[in-house]
Amino acid sequence: MDALVNKRIKQVLKGDQQAFAEIVELYQHQLFQICYRMLGNRHEAEDIAQEAFTRAYVNLHTFDQQRKFSTWLYRIATNLCIDRIRKKKPDYYLDAEVRGTEGLNMYSSIANEDQLPEEELMRMEVQERVQYEISRLPDKYRAAIVLKYIEELPLAEISEILDLPLGTVKTRIHRGREALRKQLSNL
Amino acid sequence: MTTCPEEIIRFMDDYLDGDLNPEDEAVLKGYLESCSDCRKMYHELTKTIALVQSASHIQAPASFVQKTMERLPKEKKRGSAQRWFRQHPFVTAAALFILMMSAALFTSFNEDQQFAFTKQPNLQVEGETVIVPEGMVVDGDLTIRNGDLRVEGELNGDVTIVNGQYMASSGVITGEIEEIDQIFEWLWYGIKEVSKDAAAIFSSGDNEDQ
Repeated sequence: MDALVNKRIKQVLKGDQQAFAEIVELYQHQLFQICYRMLGNRHEAEDIAQEAFTRAYVNLHTFDQQRKFSTWLYRIATNLCIDRIRKKKPDYYLDAEVRGTEGLNMYSSIANEDQLPEEELMRMEVQERVQYEISRLPDKYRAAIVLKYIEELPLAEISEILDLPLGTVKTRIHRGREALRKQLSNL
Repeated sequence: MTTCPEEIIRFMDDYLDGDLNPEDEAVLKGYLESCSDCRKMYHELTKTIALVQSASHIQAPASFVQKTMERLPKEKKRGSAQRWFRQHPFVTAAALFILMMSAALFTSFNEDQQFAFTKQPNLQVEGETVIVPEGMVVDGDLTIRNGDLRVEGELNGDVTIVNGQYMASSGVITGEIEEIDQIFEWLWYGIKEVSKDAAAIFSSGDNEDQ
């Protein structure tokens, strides 16, 4: 698949825009899925996934063809998702507090903040509830959890996508997992 | 959870990540059997993972590819122009050369709107007219920009007048007289000069070979 993708990339770089359609075709579902799980909303997920493909197209000349295209593409998409999440939620004060300290107490403060009433949670379908709980995770943990458990990517690749050391990725997955465990314990 | 030792929680995390070594795995398993809190936590974690993984894999909308392609910046024209340039490197280089040449010449033509002439001994200047006075002899070529020339004495050399004129007079000029009044002629003159220089380089190269 990588050989095919690199062939299409070369065609796009030569000015054949149509060759990019095949790249979109190949990655559309995975990219849409990442965006949907990150954002919890189909409409936004579509918008961000399209934006990610557009950025990939415009910056294709900067892509190093020795590397994996999907890693590069997912990185563009997760960055866009995180930007969107941060713009949407007025929780910038939490964000500022956390920088550098890797979110020690941040999770609990967020979790208690925008929780739906118990009876409403009980009415949710399991699938819906899981997505709801994922979307309540802080964005840093969310990206790691989505890439690990929904895309089922190896830790090394996640670390490349998120541009973080392997240890940090593990920490985020552990914290995200622990947070989800608490959130889903009544299910 | 607070009752469970940190080491066991670390083992649990590593185990769930799939990178716990067999000895520590044995320690973890032994501990899980003895501690019900740890066991509960472990089960909840595996259940959480299973729940997240069970989240149905959703697909992009049917029109996704088409909409994405419509959103891309239209670069077709630029693309095809680039292709053309790549396929015709010589024409591109020549066109670029001529463009730069004319730009340079045009700029120098515009910038040199001031009266100027080649400094030679025995020359006189009246307003914007250069005069070779009666009875004087000037040796060497003479170039005048934005001024006129009157020769009453003798001039041993070629004359080039840009944006000016040679006023007929009683003097003697042994070389060629060239008057350049318009931009295109100036361009032509510039190009001729360059090719003369180039020819000179080539012929001198030939001479060295011999």
